[in-house]
Amino acid sequence: MDWAAIALSLRLATIVSIVLLAIGMPIAYWLTFSSWRGKFLVEAVVALPLVLPPTVLGFYLLVAMGARSPIGRAWERWTGHGLAFTFEALVIASILYSLPFAVQPMASAFAQIDRDLLDASAMLGAGPLRTFRRVIVPLARDGILTAVILSFAHTLGEFGVVLMVGGNLPGVTRTVSIAIYDDVQGLDMAAAHQTALALLAFSFVTLSIVYAVSRKPWAVATWR
Amino acid sequence: MTLAVRVLKRLADFTLDVSFAAAPGVTIVFGESGSGKTTLLRCVAGVARPDAGRIAIDDRVLFDAGSRIDLPPPRRRVGFVFQQLALFPHLSARDNIAYGVAHLDAAERRSRIEAIARSFRIAHLLDRRPAQISGGERQRVGLARSLVGDPEALLLDEPLSALDHATQSRIIEDLLRWNDARQIPVLYVTHSQRELFALGRRVLLIEEGRIVGDDLPQLAMNAPAHERLAELVGYENLLDAVIASRRPDAGVMAVSLGGTRVQLETPIVDGEVGDRVRVAIRAGDILLAVQRPSGLSARNVVPGTIASLRQTGGFVVVAVSVGAEIEVHVTRSAVEELGLSAGRDVWLVIKTHSCRALAAA
Repeated sequence: MDWAAIALSLRLATIVSIVLLAIGMPIAYWLTFSSWRGKFLVEAVVALPLVLPPTVLGFYLLVAMGARSPIGRAWERWTGHGLAFTFEALVIASILYSLPFAVQPMASAFAQIDRDLLDASAMLGAGPLRTFRRVIVPLARDGILTAVILSFAHTLGEFGVVLMVGGNLPGVTRTVSIAIYDDVQGLDMAAAHQTALALLAFSFVTLSIVYAVSRKPWAVATWR
Repeated sequence: MTLAVRVLKRLADFTLDVSFAAAPGVTIVFGESGSGKTTLLRCVAGVARPDAGRIAIDDRVLFDAGSRIDLPPPRRRVGFVFQQLALFPHLSARDNIAYGVAHLDAAERRSRIEAIARSFRIAHLLDRRPAQISGGERQRVGLARSLVGDPEALLLDEPLSALDHATQSRIIEDLLRWNDARQIPVLYVTHSQRELFALGRRVLLIEEGRIVGDDLPQLAMNAPAHERLAELVGYENLLDAVIASRRPDAGVMAVSLGGTRVQLETPIVDGEVGDRVRVAIRAGDILLAVQRPSGLSARNVVPGTIASLRQTGGFVVVAVSVGAEIEVHVTRSAVEELGLSAGRDVWLVIKTHSCRALAAA
């Protein structure tokens, strides 16, 4: 079994879901509560990874990160090495690729919160930040949890984008899905089986724990 | 404290355009759904913005379009109870009540919460969440939450409409008792006739965004278009009449009901003998007798014939023809005991002051 690939994938998925929680939440908040008329454009951009073939996204990212692009050059000046085919490139690509999976569950959870509760909070003296912390986050807990899980799972399972911007460097960019693909290409079915089964078991256990924990403690069916 | 409101706000179907002053005590804002009542409250609370106007509590200006004053909701010191209450479902009753007084120090906060919880009889359930208490108790928590910060005005948006009558009355009692001690203006939005009569000292009638009156029978008189509204608030009988004689010394006059030979004694209003008036009488204020009654203080005893009976809800609607038709509400057991049926001769007993005569406009 390719432990290095599994460890790499877990590290990548953890970093990506933490970053997506941090940047996805404000985006989801803005998408839910902004009254700007051009909002649909941002919504479309955020949702693009859902419909684009991963290779297309990966291709543009590769071009953007390449040594001839301004981003690639800036990165090289800053760090001393190129961006493409590095772990950092994987992180950036995965964040973009999984963005809708973080934003959409949170945005829909925010949208389901009764606006009267937000008005009530404002009338009782809470600013937007306190309302967010004391009302929106607790009531959108399930949506936020779903966003984290989906970002994690989606990053763990991605293939095309990783292959385009990361290639297949053991210990650097060789993730689980690529390792399995590699094993199958090399006709090493036993190794592919082992890694695939480990990934399957891990995913199942994680999701089971999360769903078991996420029962609403204040479940209210019809309370008026 | 007086709440002075002048609000102009364009809505989808009509323009909210009202102007009034509410003194301490309960002022009912009465109107049908979609008449602009809730929007009015939201403007006063500061969660909706009028296009023009001015809102002030005494000298303290909350909103003034002219001088661009628009205090944010918390600085208005106005309590608001939502129709759906909007209690935070994930917080205990105590934390719901504490939400608006987070800026106070812990000791002050605790004593305020305890005091308000005693006033509204919820001290025993402060640690429960909204889903774990009854509808009436939730209502009390909602009131406590909006009052714990000592607001200078209280706005209630149909707060009791989901409760049974007994619970409604008890909460209304507690609210009135609380307000007797505080003397702040309370705007109470409702379209329930019951709540109107339980609370209604002053009434603002709103229709399509305008205050169409603050005296219901007067309104029904002057604008027949509002008759439905007058019926809604309980004046089932609106009768055309002509002043027959006046006795200013006794404060009464006699009117002849149109199309009949019936004369009614009513409180006196401005007008000359021969002037047209209308008389508004609540169906529940009329007594029904199967024999000619005598020895009563009531001045109006009118013979008639039952035209029809109709059971609705808790009472029976009896239509009595006295030349014109008059609606009377009686209980079902009264119908059974008196053997009331269509065609039966009866006498209607109506006190002078149950009749509201209205000078023609």
